[in-house]
Amino acid sequence: MSDLYLNAAVGGALTGLVYGLMALGLSVIFGVVRVVNFAHGEMMTGAMYGAILLAQAFKLDPLVAMAPIAIGMFLLGYGLQRGLVNSFVQRPEHTQFMLMVAVAIILTNSQLIAFGPNARNVQVDYALDSYQFGALIIDKVRIFAAIAALAVSGALFAFFRFTLTGRAIRACADNYLGAQVVGLNVKHLYGLTFGIGAACLGAAGCLLLLLLDVTPLQGPSYTLLAFIIVIVGGMGSLTGALLSGLLVGVSEALAGVAFDPSAKSMFTFALLILVLLFRPQGLLGRRP
Amino acid sequence: MMPSKDAARGAKRRDFLKTAGAVTLGAATLGAPAIVRAQAKTLNIGLLLPKSGTLAFLGQSCQKGADIAAEVCAQLGYKVNIKLMSADFESNVDLSRARAEKLISEGAHMLVGPFDSGAAGAIAQVAEQKGVPFVINIAAAPQITEQGYKFVFRNFFTAGQLVGNGLKLMKELFVATKTQPKSAVYMHVNDTFGMANKGAIDKLYPGANLGMELKASIAYDPAARDLSVEVAKAKATGADVLMVTTRINDAILLVREMVKQRWEPMGIINPGSPGLYEQQFFATLGKYSDYCITNVAWSDPKSAVTDMAKAAWAKKFPKDPWEGNILNAGFTIEAIMICADAFQRAGSTDGKALADALRKTKIEKKIMLGGPIEFDAKGQNNNIISACLQNRSGWARVVLPSDKAERPPIFPMPGWGNRGA
Amino acid sequence: MNMLFDGLPRRALVALGLFLAVLLVAPWLVNAYILSLLVVVLYFAYAGQAWNVMMGFAGQLSLGHSLYVGLGAYAAAMMFTKFGVNPWVGLLVAVATTTAMGAIIGFLAFRFGIGGVYFAILTIAFSEFVRVGFDHWPWLGGSGGLFLPVANLSSNDLLNLRGAPIMFYYVMLAMCVAALGFCRWLLGSRLGYYWQAIRENEDAAAALGIPVFRYKMIAVMLSSAMTAFAGVFYAFYYNNLFPEQIFSMGRSIEIILGPIIGGLGTLIGPIVGAFVLTPLADGLSELLQWAGIDVPGVKQVFYGICLLLVVVFLPNGIWPMLARRLGLEREH
Repeated sequence: MSDLYLNAAVGGALTGLVYGLMALGLSVIFGVVRVVNFAHGEMMTGAMYGAILLAQAFKLDPLVAMAPIAIGMFLLGYGLQRGLVNSFVQRPEHTQFMLMVAVAIILTNSQLIAFGPNARNVQVDYALDSYQFGALIIDKVRIFAAIAALAVSGALFAFFRFTLTGRAIRACADNYLGAQVVGLNVKHLYGLTFGIGAACLGAAGCLLLLLLDVTPLQGPSYTLLAFIIVIVGGMGSLTGALLSGLLVGVSEALAGVAFDPSAKSMFTFALLILVLLFRPQGLLGRRP
Repeated sequence: MMPSKDAARGAKRRDFLKTAGAVTLGAATLGAPAIVRAQAKTLNIGLLLPKSGTLAFLGQSCQKGADIAAEVCAQLGYKVNIKLMSADFESNVDLSRARAEKLISEGAHMLVGPFDSGAAGAIAQVAEQKGVPFVINIAAAPQITEQGYKFVFRNFFTAGQLVGNGLKLMKELFVATKTQPKSAVYMHVNDTFGMANKGAIDKLYPGANLGMELKASIAYDPAARDLSVEVAKAKATGADVLMVTTRINDAILLVREMVKQRWEPMGIINPGSPGLYEQQFFATLGKYSDYCITNVAWSDPKSAVTDMAKAAWAKKFPKDPWEGNILNAGFTIEAIMICADAFQRAGSTDGKALADALRKTKIEKKIMLGGPIEFDAKGQNNNIISACLQNRSGWARVVLPSDKAERPPIFPMPGWGNRGA
Repeated sequence: MNMLFDGLPRRALVALGLFLAVLLVAPWLVNAYILSLLVVVLYFAYAGQAWNVMMGFAGQLSLGHSLYVGLGAYAAAMMFTKFGVNPWVGLLVAVATTTAMGAIIGFLAFRFGIGGVYFAILTIAFSEFVRVGFDHWPWLGGSGGLFLPVANLSSNDLLNLRGAPIMFYYVMLAMCVAALGFCRWLLGSRLGYYWQAIRENEDAAAALGIPVFRYKMIAVMLSSAMTAFAGVFYAFYYNNLFPEQIFSMGRSIEIILGPIIGGLGTLIGPIVGAFVLTPLADGLSELLQWAGIDVPGVKQVFYGICLLLVVVFLPNGIWPMLARRLGLEREH
């Protein structure tokens, strides 16, 4: 029985890291631009379809497709922010919410029209390989995906910590007015932030494609998952998002072993409710 | 927005639709001119399917069946004009009700659909209220034909019949292959359909005398993103056979996870749900899709009507193989055949006359396996039987009953590593 | 009574009266399909009005109102199928259940100072939590669904809410009118002024000595209590309940689209929103059918674009703009 828990925990942790990367994108956007991106899951679904197209056209492994997809998503994110979202930054939350819901509806159904309702995936040669260490069996794609997720997150941390632009964005997040006063081009920085968030999402989408199939209607469940992870980790905290992705991955897996697997998402919601009640700023977040 | 104005406008638009649109299918059947009655009336069939939303794939598959139904009916010699009026209820039960009302107000004489028990329940209420016969193509919840309805007819299994047939064929499979597994574990999706099957398994398994102990039932979320934990749990029971009730995506996740976790039971047997015979399943899993077994209603490989449908399909949808759509398309075509047959005998589009004709239905020349299509007092067809299908080199093939078999069954299945490149 | 109509210009009263008169005779003028659409419209008008109390009046964004619809529906359906209790008595149980649920969520959230997006996500979390719970509660059908016996379709039985769509139409119309009157009264009462103060600036309201916690609690509880009826109606109109459908996040969004599109915080906004959105969706289907486009998903894309246009160009919703154009605004 302990083997079962061990396998579940390790598998959950690896998948959780990829979820964490997906949530990072949301955290970056919300932490800086303060816009509630309710089209997060739908945008990632779009990225996953992009990766599928690349795989079909050029036989590109999703791990390789990460680069072009992330760049494409960056441009789209930048455009979306400058063209549409920017005028909503100062609007009330419910209006932002409506805007993103509308975007989500359009995205989901465009994907349905373009790709049909079937689940799609990319079959890499090593998709079904696994490594065995004693009682522990880990599948190859999961390890690859988790490592890549860590690498992308690392690059993001470095960007925010060490580059001038990264610091400017953080300044924007800390003090909007102050950033404007010292002459930062806030609109451009917001665009960049949204782009970076979307790029994270693109990368996460490519990695998830190694593990899971994509359907046009999966968007809302990923949006919700991303929100849960971000809130549990702490809005605006990058390490928090990654850590909480890990936590959600592991706790769902363990709950599935210990209880009825079909009820395991209850534990994720319960985790969220508990965090909101007893540590509303999230595990690693500052007080909102 | 004044409703009255809206109604007036709606009415005009509908009239326009009617005059402009007495089209498509009618024309196809009108092809045989000599026999058409002078006052040949047209039967308007309202088709309700989930063509977008979560069930989109299945709804669209059914729709394609409906698209060739008129041609099949014409070839079978039904001398009636059929006009299909199609509505998409977007996988949303509430909408199914409004769409049914809409089709009826636009002149539908009969309703066909909807590949979903919840929607079937909602549509049935409208059909009953309006006295418009409703022929269910696919929906298994037993409650639908237990409400005392007079205008609701189901040419599909109830969950109990589905599972009962499925378990019976499992026993036949063990006998035919002279292999007796000792234990089984059951994994099922936790949704309306999965729970109906689970209920039937709980009730019927003890009496089925399969000679194998049912070690555990494991339910999983229909929206599950991955099934690693669930499969690990099932593997830990050490059962010889995995029984499953699945949808499509989860079936793929499940088998993929089994390969990764190197779990090789004697067989994966599905006593009556979709998933393992779906085109998507073959396309995604390749050689790992082989040898999975499904006991489900299927087209009779030896029936001439099947060949007709298959040929019509190939002509209309050359890119989408018939084999990947058999159950959805087959039952949808049959539902429309049933309507055409009742209309021919009733000679009227009156709801009551059609319903009376439906009660006397007896269709021998049909697609799906089983006895003639007949309805009992509750409107249920009890003559459908399941086939035991086994996936073989990329398609589901009938392996039992032996008189209909395309191949002999192979059980236990070869391990994941022994399947060549 | 006077208070309800105070300050309304004459033409507004006339317009309201005319509108109501049209709705009263509508069932005899339209076909069954339009009638079934109108029932849905009124349902969303009512549910939107209930949601508006919480968000539009008191500024607490709930994205999980399907929770109260679902609980109300299941409570009344349970009383009916398991204990043979008629839906109006069942409504009391439903109201008690949803109010208690609203109180729990409100208490937990407001105690710990959770607001804004965090509160919104908390409401989703509770709703999803309960959905999964109901999925695993076999006594009420679990994910297999709860079916209400359907009988007596020919005659209308108001006591047991069994009957034809026309009966449901009038029941819902009556409830919409009642909800409108009630909300009008709420807005004009001290409660309403306190709420609006809290909505505009919570800290300032607290500084003025308004017991913020208590009044936010009242908003949540009233809103959830009102929503219970929407659930009871749903249960007896559709006669089958599935946790997957009734508690889904999509349902919550459907409920709140109306008031936001119509005009958040206004009394007429939820009604206008419902009368715009449902016909819009169905009108689009008809239009596409007429144009011969049968591609699943196209309709929803157009629907999304329409939403987008309203949000971008009419940020306060349709009704404030309409009222100004038609001179129907309240005189101060």
